[in-house]
Amino acid sequence: MKKLLPLAALIVFVIVIQKMTGWTDTRFYLTQLTMAAYYALLIVGLCVVMGYAGQISLGHAGFFAIGGYVSAALTTINLIAYQDRVVIRMLDGFGLLVAGQDIYGDAILVVAPWAACIAAVVCAGTTAWVLGIPVLKLKGHYLAMATLGFGIIIYRIVLASAVFGEADGISEVPPLPLLPGLTVSGDFGMREENYYIAWGMLIIGMILLRNLIDSRVGRALRSIHGSEEAAESTGVNTARFKLKVFVLSAVFAAVAGVFLTHYNGGIGPSEASVMKSVRYVAIVAVGGMAHLWGALIMGIVLNFLSLRGVFGSYDDAVFGFILIVIMLFAPNGILSLNWRGYFLGLFRRSGQTEETGRAIDGTP
Amino acid sequence: MALLEVSGLHKKFGGLHAVNDVSFGVEKGAIKAVIGPNGAGKTTLFNLITGALAATSGLVSFNGAPIQNRKPHQIAACGIARTFQNIKLFHDMTALENVMVGRHLRSRAGFLASMLNMPWTLKEERQIREKSMELLALFEIAAYADVEATSLAFGQQRAVEFARALALEPALLLLDEPAAGLNMHETAEIGKLITRIRDLGITVLLVEHDMSLVMDISDEIVVLSFGEKIAEGVPADIQNDHDVIKVYLGE
Ligand SMILES: Nc1ncnc2c1ncn2[C@@H]1O[C@H](COP(=O)(O)OP(=O)(O)OP(=O)(O)O)[C@@H](O)[C@H]1O
Ligand SMILES: [Mg+2]
Repeated sequence: MKKLLPLAALIVFVIVIQKMTGWTDTRFYLTQLTMAAYYALLIVGLCVVMGYAGQISLGHAGFFAIGGYVSAALTTINLIAYQDRVVIRMLDGFGLLVAGQDIYGDAILVVAPWAACIAAVVCAGTTAWVLGIPVLKLKGHYLAMATLGFGIIIYRIVLASAVFGEADGISEVPPLPLLPGLTVSGDFGMREENYYIAWGMLIIGMILLRNLIDSRVGRALRSIHGSEEAAESTGVNTARFKLKVFVLSAVFAAVAGVFLTHYNGGIGPSEASVMKSVRYVAIVAVGGMAHLWGALIMGIVLNFLSLRGVFGSYDDAVFGFILIVIMLFAPNGILSLNWRGYFLGLFRRSGQTEETGRAIDGTP
Repeated sequence: MALLEVSGLHKKFGGLHAVNDVSFGVEKGAIKAVIGPNGAGKTTLFNLITGALAATSGLVSFNGAPIQNRKPHQIAACGIARTFQNIKLFHDMTALENVMVGRHLRSRAGFLASMLNMPWTLKEERQIREKSMELLALFEIAAYADVEATSLAFGQQRAVEFARALALEPALLLLDEPAAGLNMHETAEIGKLITRIRDLGITVLLVEHDMSLVMDISDEIVVLSFGEKIAEGVPADIQNDHDVIKVYLGE
């Protein structure tokens, strides 16, 4: 029951917001709310890796980008010139390809969006697996460095590859059909539907992760954070659990990347940039690290503000600044600060500061 | 055949022979103690048996099968549980959750089943919780089940760690100084508890500095000094052993 209440509140909130944008004729907000929900999906996944399992990743924009770019490339690269090749004919035979026309009326043959989407997520998951095996043996700063390196590699690859559109990225990405009459696309006529798709995905993701945290697996992950040596001594295969949760979070990131790319109709190299990864880490930190709801709320609020352009050209700087401030003053996230004590202190002014002491004390 | 058999075990840290050619066996159903002055290599010996450290050379066999070179979680799966000299509890987890982790090997919900909250996992969760509460009750700390484990008093933290190890339902339990930091009354309680655990059919190997406790409860004692085994036998013999007295009292 206690578990369902916040979820119910979230669902009500999502519906109320949508209705309100309708009544006040501010539906344009839905676009940024939709995008923010996809970013938040990545962030809650990262939260489980960082906050609960205690493993940092400065490369999650890379998994988001793998998802988005692979799906974008597969659904836009015209295979018509290769249509007589055996491989292409086989793919076509399995119904994995769709024929159509581009905006100039020329015939095109591309991978079906649903197949591209699955391929993209599998690709990101596999990459996380292959990367995770050696890299997750590292701890702390070394793990941060290694995942940062991975993020940089992905960024340089998309910038340098013609198939990924180099600095321009990929545009004209077709909609992703989910059900008859329901597609992930930026089509204005489907703005409400897409808002609900995005938030539906986020809510489902949240339910899955909440269940995970409250389970045998969740306890094992938290025990790794607590003491790897003790976790091993109780029989937890720490290497395997770390790897699996890393792959899981990469899959969340890739799904977010795929959906957002089809929603936006394209993806650019900035989505793969290291600053994006830093931003995600900063948001998980603001949310309180081991705090799924904190990560979700901060993921929505900060991404929404950023997408609305509130931070102007200081966008990346703001997130860097947030990270520094959080690490210095509230390593347990701003939700963990003793707000009550702080406000009571304002009224009391009797010099009794022990209640607010915890926020300043740097140790978690 | 002994349950645990250590033969020619050797561990070098640089030039230091922390464990030097040590051999002994632990009979099934026995309480065996490892004693020796500080730095004798007792904890290192435990770390070698549990796979936390790799031996330089030598063999460890459990139930007749070799277990050296295995990872600690594999050795735990063989049925060997342990506690740590400097208590290692999971921070940010309650006392109950700490013990529940100890049920890891006795339950099986994986990522998918957990995320989907499969009906059978609910039953499993309930069993994990019940068993863990039982163990907390055994150590008389059930009242603190929902308190963050690392914020408990020292003796209670020891108890949580003990309960967590027992939650594995091990065949062999390794205790590294279970009475350290406890007062006389608590030490006596721990002594009774260890005997009770043995009576449940769990073999115990313990490191302990409290001689009256060791002499009281152990069936057999191994004495280490500077990494080497200098004596082994029943308590009465060890108490009168020349070398042991020399090591403990000096010359
Ligand atoms: N990881 C390590 N690296 C280097 N030296 C170590 C390491 N662990 C232990 N030692 C050394 O090995 C020797 C044996 O240490 P160990 O901790 O096993 O002793 P002990 O018998 O448990 O002592 P105590 O009664 O103080 O717990 C000591 O000299 C110690 O300094
Ligand atoms: Mg020791």
